[in-house]
Amino acid sequence: MQGTTTDEYQTNSPQEVEAAAEHEEHEDYRMFGVVLFLIAESFIFLGMFVAFVIYRSVVPVWPPEGTPELELLLPGINTIILVSSSFVMHRGQSAIKNNDTSGLRVWFAITAVMGAIFLAGQLYEYSNLEFGLTTNLFTSSFFVLTGFHGLHVTVGLLLIFFVLIRSQQPGHYSSESYFGVEASELYWHFVDVVWVILFGLVYLL
Amino acid sequence: MTTQTEVSTGAQPPEPEVEKQRTWRDYFTFNTDHKVIGIQYLVTSFIFYLIGGALAGVMRTELATPNPNFVQPEFYNRLFTMHGTIMIFLWIIPAGAGFANYLIPLMIGAKDMAFPRLNAVAFWIIPIGGLLLLGSFFVGAPQAGWTSYPPLSLLTGKAGEELWILSVLLLGTSSILGAINFVTTIWKMRVPSMGWNDMPLLCWSMLATSGLILIGTPVLAAAMILLSFDLIVGTTFFNPTGGGDPIVYQHMFWFYSHPAVYIMILPFFGIISEVLPVHARKPIFAYRAIAYSNLAISFLGLLVWAHHMFTSGTPGWLRMFFMATTMLIAVPTGIKVFSWCATLWGGKISLNSSMLFGMGFISAFLIGGLSGVMVASVPFDIHVHDTYFIVAHLHYVLFGGSVLGLFAGIYHWFPKMTGHMLNETWGRIHFALTFIGLNLTFLPMHELGLLGMNRRIALYDAEFQLLNLVCTAGSYLLAVSTIPFLVNAIWSWIRGRQASGNPWKALTLEWQTSSPPAIENFDEEPVLWSGPYDYGIDVLSADSEESVEELLSEVQADVR
Repeated sequence: MQGTTTDEYQTNSPQEVEAAAEHEEHEDYRMFGVVLFLIAESFIFLGMFVAFVIYRSVVPVWPPEGTPELELLLPGINTIILVSSSFVMHRGQSAIKNNDTSGLRVWFAITAVMGAIFLAGQLYEYSNLEFGLTTNLFTSSFFVLTGFHGLHVTVGLLLIFFVLIRSQQPGHYSSESYFGVEASELYWHFVDVVWVILFGLVYLL
Repeated sequence: MTTQTEVSTGAQPPEPEVEKQRTWRDYFTFNTDHKVIGIQYLVTSFIFYLIGGALAGVMRTELATPNPNFVQPEFYNRLFTMHGTIMIFLWIIPAGAGFANYLIPLMIGAKDMAFPRLNAVAFWIIPIGGLLLLGSFFVGAPQAGWTSYPPLSLLTGKAGEELWILSVLLLGTSSILGAINFVTTIWKMRVPSMGWNDMPLLCWSMLATSGLILIGTPVLAAAMILLSFDLIVGTTFFNPTGGGDPIVYQHMFWFYSHPAVYIMILPFFGIISEVLPVHARKPIFAYRAIAYSNLAISFLGLLVWAHHMFTSGTPGWLRMFFMATTMLIAVPTGIKVFSWCATLWGGKISLNSSMLFGMGFISAFLIGGLSGVMVASVPFDIHVHDTYFIVAHLHYVLFGGSVLGLFAGIYHWFPKMTGHMLNETWGRIHFALTFIGLNLTFLPMHELGLLGMNRRIALYDAEFQLLNLVCTAGSYLLAVSTIPFLVNAIWSWIRGRQASGNPWKALTLEWQTSSPPAIENFDEEPVLWSGPYDYGIDVLSADSEESVEELLSEVQADVR
């Protein structure tokens, strides 16, 4: 058995060797695991969103008196950037499905730039707010929710950089094996959907 | 293949021998073999069981007299907080995961779990979380109980409470990573001929458990994050003085922590469903009813959490809803208990230690289950809320249920895990001491609760002293009961009689390999030649080990 796998290794490209070493003989179930992980992740956000909705419906005046109005223009633009970045990123996966590594790199780099703009916009918004983390229940919720989401965007960015670095190795990603691309993209979509809900809850409602 | 992984990660130098054996050192390393990890889980959690038990011993000593004269009341608060947290997060949940880790790949005929390295990470988080929690004793351990309700938890010492939060977050992460592995392994890696309804029941119960972990634990994490902010930064999510709402914490906490009681019992339901048919030599009664009732429990378990909050100002209509769902969840549980009794009925029962613990499990769990239905009723619950009646109920379920089930599993699979038989006599002594100790400790607590003795308080009215002395005596008996087990386990592991591959003549796949199993589990892919519980159906096939092997080779010849 050991022998046969070694033979396979010699005929396959290096990234498959690595994948095979990680995952032995069975098929690659890593995407299945990623989906399960994201289900779990979604319940963290769900818990926080439900808490937010409860505060909203229980506290007599919401947001509590004296909370300045939130500016909608910048976060609105941010939302558009983040949502469109998901489509841009998907072009990257389509590219690697056609074995087009440079296409993957271009689209992922654009996604990374868009994500970075989103984060910068978020930080700019933070620095111009007239309230702090502990001003009242609404502002605490605002900072914790957007901050926790921002943390996830940061992780998503790191994943994209990881894919970009790995794609420098020739043949690391191919139409046959692109787990890293697929996983980071799914994560990015997830973070995107969370933002849309969060934007609706915190800014619009 | 495991060797391959180890070579590539550089954890172990390649060895020239054809038959590679595990050495004791493997159990102290970052090993990716699910069998090593399973035993790491079991041994680690057992150590925490001893620590948690020692804390309980100190508490019961304090409670032998009405006045706080053995430890300070403040220290008593720390004791019950740590006792609860350790027993739940570091004993029962990881011990269940340990069994599942060891057994599930073997039972479904796989070489390892789906993600071996993730599996090792999930395990190694546990000792870190455990040490962090124990470390809180040096900075003033948390005092707010394992539920850590704010605002109490915000007022009783920052450092200890924050360590508690971090530890729970870590242990929760470990639990989620484990669940991802279990679901993927069970879902995707069964031998091709094993359909859903040919799976051993432990697989069903772990599937249900993992589902609860994936949905519930993240909500607890959210609650812990918000509680941390309240504690450290001074936000007021749960602090009424700043407009926050402690009830929101209770909802978030119990949304995990009620399912957590099923996370703690379902694996042991699975273990009992494995143990009983083997030692009663009968097919399990109503396989599908037991299998699907796991899923029913898992689903309903997500809809009952607020029955912990009947006295928290929960509106009447909501109380009625949660009362109804809570009573409803007794139905799938009852189906299981009924099926286990029906499995025993008319079986050729061998009363060995494993079976004794199995029967002890059913009877003690029944008591806990019945008192559970009692406290599901809102009027009764309001009467006994926060009294020793609840303490009695939860210990009958968690000790009488989970822990007895766990020991049934240990006596059953010890030969498979170590290759040595446990001593039967000492096993029976262990059972007798445990069972008597359990009832002596927790049965009087029902009465104490009905009389109105509050839980979580170091001092009590002098009229309760007699019953408390009985409880304390029982707890000492429980402490003594671990000695025969420890001696037996250690002695048998080193010197015990050699176990054959299938000492119980069982039919599930883990018994079709050697004891202990080879590093890659099976020398060749195992063949499913009977249902998991087809005992006594074909007399020839189950009568002797020889004929089992003959039949096996016949089937294998057919396959080829």
